[in-house]
Amino acid sequence: MSGWSVTEPSARSKWIAGTLVVIYTVITLLPLVWIISTSFKSGPDSISYPPKVFFQPSLEGYVNLFTTRTRLGAEDFAALPPPETWYERIVRQQGMVIAGPSRFGERFMNSVIIGFGATFLSVFLGTLAAYAFSRFRIPLKDDLLFFILSTRMMPPIAVAIPIFLMYRTLGLSDTHLGMILLYTAVNVSLAVWLMKSFIDGIPREYEEAALIDGYTRFQAFRKVVLPQAVTGIAATAIFCLIFAWNEYAFAVLLTSGKAQTAPPFIPTIIGVGGQDWPAVAAGATLFLLPVMVFTILLRKHLLRGITFGAVRK
Amino acid sequence: MAEVVLDGLGKSFGATRAVDAVSLTIPDGAFVVLLGPTGAGKTTTLRLIAGLERPDSGDIRIDGRSVLDDTPAGRDVAMVFQQYSLYPHLTVRENLAFPLKSPLLRLPADEIARRVGRVAEVLRISDKLDNKATRLSGGEMQRVSIGRALVRSPRIYLMDEPLSSLDAKLRAELRIELKRIQADLGATLLYVTHDQIEAMTMATHVGVLDRGRLVQFGSPREIYETPVSTYVATRLGQPRINVLPAGLFGGAPPGAAQIGLRPEHIRHDHGRPATVRRVEHLGDQTRLHLVLDGHEIVTLADVHTTLAPGDSLPVRPDAPLWFDAEGRRIATGV
Repeated sequence: MSGWSVTEPSARSKWIAGTLVVIYTVITLLPLVWIISTSFKSGPDSISYPPKVFFQPSLEGYVNLFTTRTRLGAEDFAALPPPETWYERIVRQQGMVIAGPSRFGERFMNSVIIGFGATFLSVFLGTLAAYAFSRFRIPLKDDLLFFILSTRMMPPIAVAIPIFLMYRTLGLSDTHLGMILLYTAVNVSLAVWLMKSFIDGIPREYEEAALIDGYTRFQAFRKVVLPQAVTGIAATAIFCLIFAWNEYAFAVLLTSGKAQTAPPFIPTIIGVGGQDWPAVAAGATLFLLPVMVFTILLRKHLLRGITFGAVRK
Repeated sequence: MAEVVLDGLGKSFGATRAVDAVSLTIPDGAFVVLLGPTGAGKTTTLRLIAGLERPDSGDIRIDGRSVLDDTPAGRDVAMVFQQYSLYPHLTVRENLAFPLKSPLLRLPADEIARRVGRVAEVLRISDKLDNKATRLSGGEMQRVSIGRALVRSPRIYLMDEPLSSLDAKLRAELRIELKRIQADLGATLLYVTHDQIEAMTMATHVGVLDRGRLVQFGSPREIYETPVSTYVATRLGQPRINVLPAGLFGGAPPGAAQIGLRPEHIRHDHGRPATVRRVEHLGDQTRLHLVLDGHEIVTLADVHTTLAPGDSLPVRPDAPLWFDAEGRRIATGV
């Protein structure tokens, strides 16, 4: 059975659309596949030419990522007792011994603290500000909103030098708090604008009903507005996290030691014992995971239009 | 339940006077209906009483005490909105329980369950209690919305055209239901509508608003039989009252400029001949559109009338209403 339909695309256009989607997916996933497969290659496999598609998988990259290693003289190396653990064995196969743990774990945790901290703060402040902008009569409201947006009209790095000097004076350089505040400052304008449009979409009648039902304004906000703004909060949080998580320039400039995040750290792996591509790839792969997991967890909120149909327009 | 007094209440939005010096006493246990066209200030009056708007002037007293400084929650009123504003993230049960769980009431769980169950039964939504509020039909949503007001025992219920979004059958059912509930509870109710059947059947008192001013307040019968003006007279009655030049039939009292004829004021036995323009068979009534000296008159005929367009029919007024040039009614002592 076939025939023309308004809602049902024809078999031909479905086929074309499907093909385009597949091609696009392959193109966008290729770098990801490359990074992930490199992270499971051995050192020689990672730089072989032509590149190996099929290879003996190895955890060498991950072991190297989490350790620092050192080379011993031939006699000393031969005199070592047999390796006790699987990761020691992998290091020995490369002709080295483990000198100690690397700083990757620490840097990764810095990224988690700073990324999620800044995301939480941006969404928290952004939602409160957006609610105020959406619901209250505020003098110069439009100008204020434009002013907030204007902070995004230049690349943030354009103010790198003043921020660097300011942070040095305030003692915020290379601190978690400093980085959280910086990323929040960049993200909060996006959060205000995104959340304002979401909250504008929630009819006031709900809050008015709650006020009459015996609740205070803040309780009405918490019990009625927030649950309906979940979709917007999820979307805003994902955008904020992606920025804070991936940010590189300020991280290089303002962190070097205890607050250094993973992005400036991963390239430094290259210098340790030659060009260790599997370790870099392993770092990148692990670095991808939190945002991916976070996005997948919030996905159902993004797809659900929960306020649909409850107020007659 | 309580007596609610509006005293010289005024509210403007920009240059528009939405409510203009309205003074009104809603007696304890009364069912007061506010009538008026869109923009007459009906909804604003409700919102002022509920505390959602702050009046520019005047006072609102519930049980003799001014509530102007009270928050909406503190006023102890319940309101049903025209838009059935159910909380979409909650189930029907949670929606009904929401006012009872407020920090003001803090009722025990078993009491909440008991009240929700009772209201659900009255409104016939017991089988929908665990549905998400968004998974209901329009009529069900509005019943839940009314239910959310009824679970409490506030000092006054405010209802803003609660039945206007429902289909005719449901509207008729809920009309009777609401009236019964109000009578059973002895509740004080302020109800906004522009449906004259709702006003006539449910109200103990009717207030007619015109551009923010309360032009007449009285029993439905007073409003219908002794309207103060043509404006009030046209609010009630179906078909509408015919307002014609006073001289059309003669016998006008001094000062009268217009004659108001409801269908029951028009006799067909003898009088001036009018021409039948159109006959509308509505089933329970048959409307005649007549033309007399170029003026259209709408009246009622026998349901099974054989009159047809072009026929001639004698008409004469019987105890009509008279109005002066400004539309004010002239008392004739009838």
